[in-house]
Amino acid sequence: MAEQTPDFLAGYRNAKLVKTVLAEIHQTVTQPWTLMEICGGQTHAIMQYGLDQLLPPEIELVHGPGCPVCVTSLELIDQALMIAKQPDVIFTSFGDMLRVPGSKEDLFSIRAAGGQVRVVYSPMDAVKIAAENPDKQIVFFAIGFETTAPANAMAVIQAEKMGLDNFSILPANVLVPPAMHAILSSPNNRIQGFLAAGHVCAIMGYWEYPPIAEQYQTPMAVTGFEPLDLVEGILQTVKMLEEGRVAVENAYSRVVTYEGNKIAQAMLAKVFKPVDRNWRGIGTIPLSGYGLQEAYQQFDATQRFDTGSIQTEESKICIAGQVLQGIKKPSECPAFGTLCTPQTPLGAPMVSSEGACAAYYRYGRKKS
Amino acid sequence: MCLGIPGKIESVYEDHGTKMAKIDFGGVLREACIEVIPEAKPGDWTIVHAGFALNLLSEEEARETLDILEQMSELAELEDQEHSG
Repeated sequence: MAEQTPDFLAGYRNAKLVKTVLAEIHQTVTQPWTLMEICGGQTHAIMQYGLDQLLPPEIELVHGPGCPVCVTSLELIDQALMIAKQPDVIFTSFGDMLRVPGSKEDLFSIRAAGGQVRVVYSPMDAVKIAAENPDKQIVFFAIGFETTAPANAMAVIQAEKMGLDNFSILPANVLVPPAMHAILSSPNNRIQGFLAAGHVCAIMGYWEYPPIAEQYQTPMAVTGFEPLDLVEGILQTVKMLEEGRVAVENAYSRVVTYEGNKIAQAMLAKVFKPVDRNWRGIGTIPLSGYGLQEAYQQFDATQRFDTGSIQTEESKICIAGQVLQGIKKPSECPAFGTLCTPQTPLGAPMVSSEGACAAYYRYGRKKS
Repeated sequence: MCLGIPGKIESVYEDHGTKMAKIDFGGVLREACIEVIPEAKPGDWTIVHAGFALNLLSEEEARETLDILEQMSELAELEDQEHSG
């Protein structure tokens, strides 16, 4: 339905404009720079449009941990599996999560064995299912970054308004700024500039980022998802690096403001509080996730269901952790494309539509 | 996951006191929650993620960015012509 896209949005896929910006990137670069795009959606767009192959060889794009499905800890997935198996539960989740391997099985296998696991497009749909099934317990797997957190918070608020006592969430939200700190303070860090994730910033703004940019002397550009947005974000970051300037610029001004969406931020503060969270393949990052505030504890699935003690077991071959931290590329994994494929994934980055391994597989970057 | 889809607001309504809208995504109408953009009205553009509007989309900002890049592109073409001429 391309003819229905208005010109002011279609312009962001205009090949002539993308080439103009790429030419300016080529003119600007004088030395090697390593940038990280945080968001897995951007990793896929970069691969899909082949932008990585059109950039000067000096610019290396490293793929960040911005794939919520990929970083959800094995403990949380095993907890989800345990809850989903219970007889009176309808377990609801975004579709990506169903094939992510837990220690022994995944949500798909639970569904195949007769468990009620349903894919929803929105957390609000899970609330609707709860209203329609008063004799069942409906649990929503509340994953996602700051982009998804307000929708998750809204589902809790809506369930409270409707007086539903059969709805709860498994809180699994993760936050970008603590992950930036973790990456930049790592002794292995190679990142010199960030493309900040546009839709996280649509909610949060980018007021949290200047102190991080300053502390680690790392410039950033808030970047959107269309090809023109991506090359603009890269150009702005490279210009700052070449000029020796550290700042946070906005290359996605049609959607993002410095303050962000204050109503959404207030909603998040009302429902959630920052808690320490374990990131799959990376480890625990302090205050990097959202747990429910005291006033909303009754909507916490971990309080409602006994998930017992969980013994987790990761694949021994998978290098997902190093891929998520930008230390290794997917094609450097011995299992890539052989033992590990989207049909038989060993790690979450091969499953998710945002995972770096799936992007490399799908767009044919078999060997870098 | 953090993908957002631009759509045009067709109509606004309430469901259990929550602000909702019917939104046109290139000819397909879907419902989304607009609780965090209460000022939204029919005709406005928004970015929707997981059935939830994240923010309003500024048509003016979108056009301004494109205009600057169009000018850059024309300038580059002129320079090319000068170099080859």
